[in-house]
Amino acid sequence: MTDEAARVTLKTSGDVAFARQAAAKAMAAIGASTIKSTKFVTAVSEIARNAVIYGRGGVISFSEAGAAGQKRVVAVCTDRGPGIDDIDRAVSDGFSTGKSLGLGLGGAKRLVDRFEITSSSKQGTKVTLECGPR
Amino acid sequence: MPNETTVASIIINDYDRVLAEWLKVQTAEGVKRTDLVSGKESEQQSRELLSAMAKAMPKEATDDDLDLAEAGWEPVRDALEDIAENRTQRGVSTTEMGWFIGALKQPLFKMLQSELGEKPRVLMREIWNATRLIDQISLHAIETLVSKREAIIERQRAEMTEVAAPVVKIWDSIVTVPLIGTLDSFRAQTVMENLLDAIVQWEAEVAIIDITGVSTVDTMVAQHLLKTASAVRLMGAECVICGISPKIAQTVVNLGVELPNIVTRVDLESGLAYAFDRLGVQVGRGSAGA
Repeated sequence: MTDEAARVTLKTSGDVAFARQAAAKAMAAIGASTIKSTKFVTAVSEIARNAVIYGRGGVISFSEAGAAGQKRVVAVCTDRGPGIDDIDRAVSDGFSTGKSLGLGLGGAKRLVDRFEITSSSKQGTKVTLECGPR
Repeated sequence: MPNETTVASIIINDYDRVLAEWLKVQTAEGVKRTDLVSGKESEQQSRELLSAMAKAMPKEATDDDLDLAEAGWEPVRDALEDIAENRTQRGVSTTEMGWFIGALKQPLFKMLQSELGEKPRVLMREIWNATRLIDQISLHAIETLVSKREAIIERQRAEMTEVAAPVVKIWDSIVTVPLIGTLDSFRAQTVMENLLDAIVQWEAEVAIIDITGVSTVDTMVAQHLLKTASAVRLMGAECVICGISPKIAQTVVNLGVELPNIVTRVDLESGLAYAFDRLGVQVGRGSAGA
Protein backbone atom coordinates (compact mmCIF):
# COMPACT_ATOMS: atom_id res chain seq x y z
CA MET A 1 0.00 0.00 0.00
CA THR A 2 2.39 2.68 -1.13
CA ASP A 3 1.59 5.56 -3.36
CA GLU A 4 4.38 7.70 -4.63
CA ALA A 5 4.19 11.25 -3.35
CA ALA A 6 7.16 12.87 -5.03
CA ARG A 7 10.04 12.10 -7.31
CA VAL A 8 13.17 14.16 -7.73
CA THR A 9 15.77 13.73 -10.44
CA LEU A 10 19.26 14.15 -9.06
CA LYS A 11 21.87 15.74 -11.26
CA THR A 12 23.25 18.84 -9.56
CA SER A 13 23.73 20.07 -6.02
CA GLY A 14 20.64 22.20 -6.53
CA ASP A 15 18.66 18.97 -6.99
CA VAL A 16 19.90 17.81 -3.59
CA ALA A 17 18.32 20.91 -2.06
CA PHE A 18 15.12 20.11 -3.93
CA ALA A 19 15.19 16.52 -2.61
CA ARG A 20 15.57 17.89 0.91
CA GLN A 21 12.49 20.06 0.44
CA ALA A 22 10.52 17.11 -0.89
CA ALA A 23 11.65 15.04 2.12
CA ALA A 24 10.56 17.77 4.54
CA LYS A 25 7.19 17.97 2.82
CA ALA A 26 6.68 14.20 2.97
CA MET A 27 7.50 14.19 6.70
CA ALA A 28 5.12 17.10 7.32
CA ALA A 29 2.38 15.14 5.53
CA ILE A 30 2.59 12.30 8.07
CA GLY A 31 2.70 14.77 10.96
CA ALA A 32 6.26 14.00 11.97
CA SER A 33 7.99 15.77 14.85
CA THR A 34 10.60 18.41 13.95
CA ILE A 35 13.47 16.33 15.24
CA LYS A 36 12.43 13.27 13.22
CA SER A 37 11.90 15.43 10.19
CA THR A 38 15.32 17.09 10.56
CA LYS A 39 17.00 13.70 10.90
CA PHE A 40 15.23 12.27 7.87
CA VAL A 41 15.94 15.35 5.76
CA THR A 42 19.61 15.19 6.70
CA ALA A 43 19.79 11.49 5.80
CA VAL A 44 18.12 12.22 2.45
CA SER A 45 20.64 14.99 1.89
CA GLU A 46 23.54 12.58 2.39
CA ILE A 47 22.12 9.89 0.15
CA ALA A 48 21.05 12.29 -2.58
CA ARG A 49 24.44 13.97 -2.60
CA ASN A 50 26.17 10.61 -2.86
CA ALA A 51 24.03 9.84 -5.91
CA VAL A 52 25.07 13.14 -7.49
CA ILE A 53 28.78 12.94 -6.64
CA TYR A 54 29.55 9.22 -6.88
CA GLY A 55 26.55 7.80 -8.74
CA ARG A 56 26.54 9.96 -11.90
CA GLY A 57 23.11 11.22 -10.93
CA GLY A 58 19.96 9.33 -10.12
CA VAL A 59 16.41 9.54 -8.87
CA ILE A 60 14.93 9.70 -5.39
CA SER A 61 11.28 8.97 -4.81
CA PHE A 62 9.21 9.44 -1.68
CA SER A 63 6.15 7.47 -0.70
CA GLU A 64 4.07 6.73 2.36
CA ALA A 65 3.83 3.27 3.85
CA GLY A 66 1.84 1.77 6.70
CA ALA A 67 -1.75 2.01 7.85
CA ALA A 68 -3.47 5.27 8.67
CA GLY A 69 -2.37 6.63 12.03
CA GLN A 70 1.08 5.04 11.86
CA LYS A 71 2.29 6.16 8.47
CA ARG A 72 5.96 6.21 7.65
CA VAL A 73 7.85 7.89 4.85
CA VAL A 74 9.94 5.73 2.55
CA ALA A 75 12.59 7.24 0.31
CA VAL A 76 14.17 5.15 -2.42
CA CYS A 77 17.24 6.53 -4.13
CA THR A 78 18.74 4.85 -7.15
CA ASP A 79 21.74 5.96 -9.14
CA ARG A 80 23.50 4.95 -12.33
CA GLY A 81 26.94 4.82 -10.82
CA PRO A 82 29.63 2.17 -10.79
CA GLY A 83 28.30 0.63 -7.58
CA ILE A 84 30.05 0.21 -4.25
CA ASP A 85 32.72 -2.50 -3.98
CA ASP A 86 32.58 -3.11 -0.26
CA ILE A 87 29.32 -1.94 1.26
CA ASP A 88 30.30 -2.77 4.85
CA ARG A 89 33.37 -0.62 4.54
CA ALA A 90 31.45 2.20 2.82
CA VAL A 91 28.93 2.32 5.65
CA SER A 92 31.64 2.33 8.33
CA ASP A 93 32.65 5.74 9.67
CA GLY A 94 35.66 7.52 8.31
CA PHE A 95 35.79 5.70 4.99
CA SER A 96 35.63 7.81 1.86
CA THR A 97 36.84 7.34 -1.67
CA GLY A 98 36.57 11.12 -2.07
CA LYS A 99 37.81 13.89 0.16
CA SER A 100 34.78 13.98 2.44
CA LEU A 101 34.49 13.15 6.13
CA GLY A 102 33.33 9.62 5.30
CA LEU A 103 30.35 9.78 7.62
CA GLY A 104 27.54 10.12 5.08
CA LEU A 105 26.32 6.54 4.71
CA GLY A 106 26.88 5.50 8.32
CA GLY A 107 25.39 8.76 9.52
CA ALA A 108 22.33 8.39 7.32
CA LYS A 109 21.88 4.87 8.69
CA ARG A 110 21.88 6.15 12.26
CA LEU A 111 19.41 8.95 11.42
CA VAL A 112 16.56 6.81 10.11
CA ASP A 113 14.46 3.92 11.42
CA ARG A 114 15.26 1.56 8.56
CA PHE A 115 18.22 1.68 6.19
CA GLU A 116 18.86 -0.66 3.32
CA ILE A 117 21.52 -0.57 0.67
CA THR A 118 22.14 -2.77 -2.33
CA SER A 119 24.74 -2.18 -4.98
CA SER A 120 26.07 -3.79 -8.09
CA SER A 121 28.45 -2.60 -10.76
CA LYS A 122 25.74 -3.12 -13.37
CA GLN A 123 22.69 -1.59 -11.75
CA GLY A 124 24.25 1.10 -9.60
CA THR A 125 23.36 1.67 -5.99
CA LYS A 126 19.92 1.63 -4.40
CA VAL A 127 19.38 3.04 -0.94
CA THR A 128 16.10 2.80 0.97
CA LEU A 129 15.41 5.06 3.93
CA GLU A 130 12.36 4.72 6.12
CA CYS A 131 11.29 6.98 8.94
CA GLY A 132 8.27 7.17 11.24
CA PRO A 133 6.71 10.31 12.66
CA ARG A 134 7.99 9.93 16.25
CA MET B 1 13.83 22.66 -63.33
CA PRO B 2 13.58 26.38 -63.78
CA ASN B 3 10.71 28.30 -62.20
CA GLU B 4 9.26 25.29 -60.55
CA THR B 5 7.21 26.12 -57.48
CA THR B 6 8.99 25.26 -54.26
CA VAL B 7 8.57 26.19 -50.60
CA ALA B 8 11.27 28.77 -51.13
CA SER B 9 9.68 30.33 -54.20
CA ILE B 10 6.34 30.61 -52.43
CA ILE B 11 7.79 32.32 -49.40
CA ILE B 12 9.89 34.65 -51.53
CA ASN B 13 7.30 35.56 -54.17
CA ASP B 14 4.04 35.28 -52.25
CA TYR B 15 5.41 36.77 -49.09
CA ASP B 16 2.41 39.00 -48.26
CA ARG B 17 -0.14 36.28 -48.79
CA VAL B 18 1.80 33.75 -46.68
CA LEU B 19 2.10 36.29 -43.90
CA ALA B 20 -1.61 37.17 -43.97
CA GLU B 21 -2.63 33.51 -43.94
CA TRP B 22 -0.16 32.68 -41.20
CA LEU B 23 -1.51 35.41 -38.96
CA LYS B 24 -5.03 34.14 -39.64
CA VAL B 25 -4.08 30.59 -38.61
CA GLN B 26 -2.34 31.92 -35.50
CA THR B 27 -5.61 33.52 -34.46
CA ALA B 28 -7.65 30.45 -35.30
CA GLU B 29 -5.30 28.14 -33.36
CA GLY B 30 -5.38 30.47 -30.41
CA VAL B 31 -1.61 30.71 -30.22
CA LYS B 32 -1.45 34.47 -30.45
CA ARG B 33 -1.70 34.94 -26.69
CA THR B 34 -3.02 38.46 -27.09
CA ASP B 35 -2.98 38.70 -23.30
CA LEU B 36 0.81 38.39 -23.32
CA VAL B 37 1.88 39.62 -26.74
CA SER B 38 -0.08 42.34 -28.51
CA GLY B 39 -1.48 41.63 -31.98
CA LYS B 40 0.79 44.27 -33.39
CA GLU B 41 3.88 42.73 -31.87
CA SER B 42 2.85 39.29 -33.04
CA GLU B 43 2.45 40.59 -36.55
CA GLN B 44 5.78 42.38 -36.38
CA GLN B 45 7.53 39.22 -35.15
CA SER B 46 5.91 37.04 -37.80
CA ARG B 47 6.87 39.54 -40.47
CA GLU B 48 10.48 39.65 -39.31
CA LEU B 49 10.81 35.89 -39.16
CA LEU B 50 9.23 35.39 -42.57
CA SER B 51 11.33 38.04 -44.24
CA ALA B 52 14.43 36.54 -42.63
CA MET B 53 13.41 33.22 -44.17
CA ALA B 54 12.85 34.85 -47.54
CA LYS B 55 16.28 36.43 -47.27
CA ALA B 56 18.04 33.16 -46.45
CA MET B 57 16.19 30.92 -48.85
CA PRO B 58 17.67 31.79 -52.21
CA LYS B 59 21.13 30.92 -50.88
CA GLU B 60 20.53 27.97 -48.62
CA ALA B 61 19.26 24.48 -49.32
CA THR B 62 15.68 23.77 -48.30
CA ASP B 63 15.79 20.13 -49.36
CA ASP B 64 17.45 17.20 -47.60
CA ASP B 65 20.63 19.22 -47.09
CA LEU B 66 18.76 21.68 -44.90
CA ASP B 67 20.88 22.76 -41.98
CA LEU B 68 19.83 25.71 -39.87
CA ALA B 69 23.36 26.01 -38.51
CA GLU B 70 24.61 27.18 -41.95
CA ALA B 71 25.78 30.78 -42.17
CA GLY B 72 23.04 31.74 -44.60
CA TRP B 73 20.33 31.05 -42.02
CA GLU B 74 21.78 33.60 -39.64
CA PRO B 75 18.98 36.15 -40.15
CA VAL B 76 16.45 33.43 -39.25
CA ARG B 77 18.38 32.50 -36.13
CA ASP B 78 18.64 36.17 -35.15
CA ALA B 79 14.92 36.70 -35.68
CA LEU B 80 14.15 33.64 -33.53
CA GLU B 81 16.50 34.96 -30.87
CA ASP B 82 14.58 38.25 -30.73
CA ILE B 83 11.22 36.51 -30.64
CA ALA B 84 12.35 34.12 -27.91
CA GLU B 85 13.81 36.98 -25.88
CA ASN B 86 10.56 38.93 -26.12
CA ARG B 87 8.36 35.93 -25.36
CA THR B 88 10.42 34.60 -22.44
CA GLN B 89 9.93 37.91 -20.68
CA ARG B 90 6.19 37.62 -21.20
CA GLY B 91 6.00 34.04 -19.96
CA VAL B 92 4.95 32.32 -23.19
CA SER B 93 5.14 28.51 -22.92
CA THR B 94 7.28 26.31 -25.15
CA THR B 95 4.16 24.66 -26.60
CA GLU B 96 2.78 28.01 -27.63
CA MET B 97 6.11 28.93 -29.14
CA GLY B 98 6.09 25.69 -31.14
CA TRP B 99 2.53 26.24 -32.31
CA PHE B 100 3.24 29.83 -33.21
CA ILE B 101 5.75 28.69 -35.83
CA GLY B 102 3.94 25.45 -36.64
CA ALA B 103 0.94 27.53 -37.71
CA LEU B 104 2.96 28.45 -40.79
CA LYS B 105 2.47 24.96 -42.16
CA GLN B 106 -1.18 25.29 -43.09
CA PRO B 107 -0.89 28.28 -45.44
CA LEU B 108 2.26 26.87 -47.04
CA PHE B 109 0.68 23.45 -47.62
CA LYS B 110 -2.42 25.05 -49.06
CA MET B 111 -0.47 27.16 -51.49
CA LEU B 112 1.75 24.26 -52.52
CA GLN B 113 -1.38 22.21 -53.07
CA SER B 114 -2.97 24.80 -55.33
CA GLU B 115 0.24 25.31 -57.32
CA LEU B 116 1.37 21.71 -57.54
CA GLY B 117 -1.90 19.84 -57.32
CA GLU B 118 -1.24 18.38 -60.76
CA LYS B 119 2.15 16.97 -59.82
CA PRO B 120 1.67 14.75 -56.77
CA ARG B 121 5.30 13.64 -56.62
CA VAL B 122 6.69 17.15 -56.62
CA LEU B 123 3.95 18.18 -54.20
CA MET B 124 4.90 15.40 -51.79
CA ARG B 125 8.55 16.36 -51.96
CA GLU B 126 7.85 20.02 -51.33
CA ILE B 127 5.47 19.28 -48.48
CA TRP B 128 8.18 17.15 -46.92
CA ASN B 129 10.72 19.95 -47.37
CA ALA B 130 8.33 22.50 -45.89
CA THR B 131 7.65 20.22 -42.90
CA ARG B 132 11.33 19.69 -42.25
CA LEU B 133 12.05 23.38 -42.55
CA ILE B 134 9.27 24.50 -40.24
CA ASP B 135 9.91 21.75 -37.71
CA GLN B 136 13.57 22.68 -37.57
CA ILE B 137 12.76 26.35 -37.14
CA SER B 138 10.24 25.65 -34.43
CA LEU B 139 12.62 23.30 -32.60
CA HIS B 140 15.31 25.91 -32.80
CA ALA B 141 12.85 28.46 -31.42
CA ILE B 142 11.91 26.20 -28.50
CA GLU B 143 15.56 25.50 -27.77
CA THR B 144 16.33 29.19 -27.78
CA LEU B 145 13.40 29.82 -25.47
CA VAL B 146 14.58 27.14 -23.05
CA SER B 147 18.17 28.35 -23.05
CA LYS B 148 16.93 31.89 -22.36
CA ARG B 149 15.06 30.59 -19.35
CA GLU B 150 18.08 28.67 -18.15
CA ALA B 151 20.11 31.83 -18.44
CA ILE B 152 17.56 33.61 -16.26
CA ILE B 153 17.71 30.83 -13.65
CA GLU B 154 21.49 30.91 -13.70
CA ARG B 155 21.43 34.66 -13.18
CA GLN B 156 19.05 34.36 -10.26
CA ARG B 157 21.29 31.73 -8.71
CA ALA B 158 24.27 34.03 -9.09
CA GLU B 159 22.30 36.85 -7.47
CA MET B 160 21.42 34.56 -4.58
CA THR B 161 25.06 33.73 -3.89
CA GLU B 162 25.93 37.41 -4.10
CA VAL B 163 23.58 38.39 -1.32
CA ALA B 164 24.14 35.23 0.65
CA ALA B 165 27.16 36.06 2.73
CA PRO B 166 27.37 39.56 4.11
CA VAL B 167 30.17 39.78 6.66
CA VAL B 168 29.41 42.40 9.28
CA LYS B 169 31.67 44.01 11.82
CA ILE B 170 29.58 44.04 14.96
CA TRP B 171 32.21 45.23 17.42
CA ASP B 172 35.80 46.24 17.51
CA SER B 173 37.72 43.07 16.48
CA ILE B 174 34.55 41.01 16.07
CA VAL B 175 33.05 40.07 12.69
CA THR B 176 30.01 37.91 12.04
CA VAL B 177 28.47 36.22 9.03
CA PRO B 178 24.88 35.02 9.18
CA LEU B 179 24.34 31.99 6.95
CA ILE B 180 20.96 31.43 5.38
CA GLY B 181 19.49 28.56 3.38
CA THR B 182 21.71 25.90 1.84
CA LEU B 183 25.47 25.83 2.06
CA ASP B 184 26.71 24.16 -1.10
CA SER B 185 30.39 24.01 -2.00
CA PHE B 186 30.26 27.16 -4.09
CA ARG B 187 28.57 29.23 -1.42
CA ALA B 188 30.79 27.80 1.30
CA GLN B 189 33.79 28.98 -0.70
CA THR B 190 32.30 32.47 -1.05
CA VAL B 191 31.57 32.63 2.66
CA MET B 192 35.07 31.54 3.56
CA GLU B 193 36.69 34.10 1.23
CA ASN B 194 34.49 36.94 2.47
CA LEU B 195 35.10 36.04 6.07
CA LEU B 196 38.88 35.78 5.70
CA ASP B 197 38.98 39.10 3.84
CA ALA B 198 36.91 40.73 6.57
CA ILE B 199 39.26 39.41 9.25
CA VAL B 200 42.17 41.11 7.51
CA GLN B 201 40.25 44.29 6.75
CA TRP B 202 38.91 44.84 10.25
CA GLU B 203 41.75 43.15 12.14
CA ALA B 204 39.23 40.86 13.73
CA GLU B 205 40.18 38.51 16.52
CA VAL B 206 36.88 36.66 16.74
CA ALA B 207 34.76 35.52 13.79
CA ILE B 208 31.22 34.43 14.60
CA ILE B 209 29.42 32.21 12.09
CA ASP B 210 25.69 32.23 12.75
CA ILE B 211 23.99 29.15 11.29
CA THR B 212 20.51 29.85 12.66
CA GLY B 213 19.23 30.19 9.09
CA VAL B 214 20.76 26.94 7.83
CA SER B 215 18.01 24.36 7.82
CA THR B 216 20.09 21.23 7.32
CA VAL B 217 23.55 20.49 8.65
CA ASP B 218 24.75 17.35 6.93
CA THR B 219 28.29 16.04 6.65
CA MET B 220 29.12 18.36 3.77
CA VAL B 221 27.95 21.49 5.57
CA ALA B 222 29.85 20.30 8.66
CA GLN B 223 32.96 19.78 6.59
CA HIS B 224 32.68 23.29 5.15
CA LEU B 225 32.29 24.72 8.64
CA LEU B 226 35.33 22.79 9.86
CA LYS B 227 37.41 24.03 6.95
CA THR B 228 36.32 27.62 7.42
CA ALA B 229 37.06 27.40 11.14
CA SER B 230 40.56 26.07 10.61
CA ALA B 231 41.26 28.74 7.99
CA VAL B 232 40.08 31.38 10.46
CA ARG B 233 42.39 29.91 13.08
CA LEU B 234 45.30 30.02 10.66
CA MET B 235 44.68 33.73 10.32
CA GLY B 236 45.17 34.06 14.04
CA ALA B 237 41.52 34.61 14.88
CA GLU B 238 39.07 32.45 16.75
CA CYS B 239 35.96 31.00 15.22
CA VAL B 240 32.66 30.74 17.07
CA ILE B 241 29.76 28.87 15.52
CA CYS B 242 26.42 29.83 16.93
CA GLY B 243 22.79 29.19 16.19
CA ILE B 244 22.90 25.45 16.78
CA SER B 245 19.36 24.37 17.61
CA PRO B 246 18.55 21.23 19.64
CA LYS B 247 17.43 19.35 16.54
CA ILE B 248 20.61 20.25 14.64
CA ALA B 249 22.73 19.24 17.66
CA GLN B 250 21.06 15.81 17.83
CA THR B 251 21.34 15.30 14.10
CA VAL B 252 25.04 16.19 14.08
CA VAL B 253 25.67 13.74 16.93
CA ASN B 254 23.81 11.00 15.04
CA LEU B 255 25.85 11.73 11.95
CA GLY B 256 28.98 11.16 14.00
CA VAL B 257 30.45 14.54 13.11
CA GLU B 258 32.75 16.05 15.71
CA LEU B 259 33.65 19.69 15.87
CA PRO B 260 36.89 19.63 17.84
CA ASN B 261 38.50 22.89 18.93
CA ILE B 262 35.57 24.93 17.70
CA VAL B 263 33.63 27.03 20.15
CA THR B 264 29.91 26.59 19.63
CA ARG B 265 27.06 28.53 21.18
CA VAL B 266 23.28 28.30 21.09
CA ASP B 267 22.57 31.71 19.64
CA LEU B 268 24.22 34.89 18.42
CA GLU B 269 23.77 36.55 21.81
CA SER B 270 25.79 33.95 23.66
CA GLY B 271 28.30 33.88 20.81
CA LEU B 272 28.80 37.60 21.21
CA ALA B 273 29.01 37.27 24.98
CA TYR B 274 31.78 34.70 24.52
CA ALA B 275 33.65 37.05 22.18
CA PHE B 276 33.34 39.95 24.64
CA ASP B 277 34.63 37.78 27.40
CA ARG B 278 37.61 36.70 25.34
CA LEU B 279 38.51 40.19 24.32
CA GLY B 280 37.97 41.55 27.81
CA VAL B 281 35.16 43.83 26.69
CA GLN B 282 32.79 44.81 29.48
CA VAL B 283 29.27 45.72 28.59
CA GLY B 284 26.95 47.16 31.20
CA ARG B 285 24.04 49.49 31.58
CA GLY B 286 25.47 52.95 31.88
CA SER B 287 24.16 55.61 34.21
CA ALA B 288 23.33 57.94 31.35
CA GLY B 289 20.94 60.70 32.25
CA ALA B 290 21.49 60.20 35.95
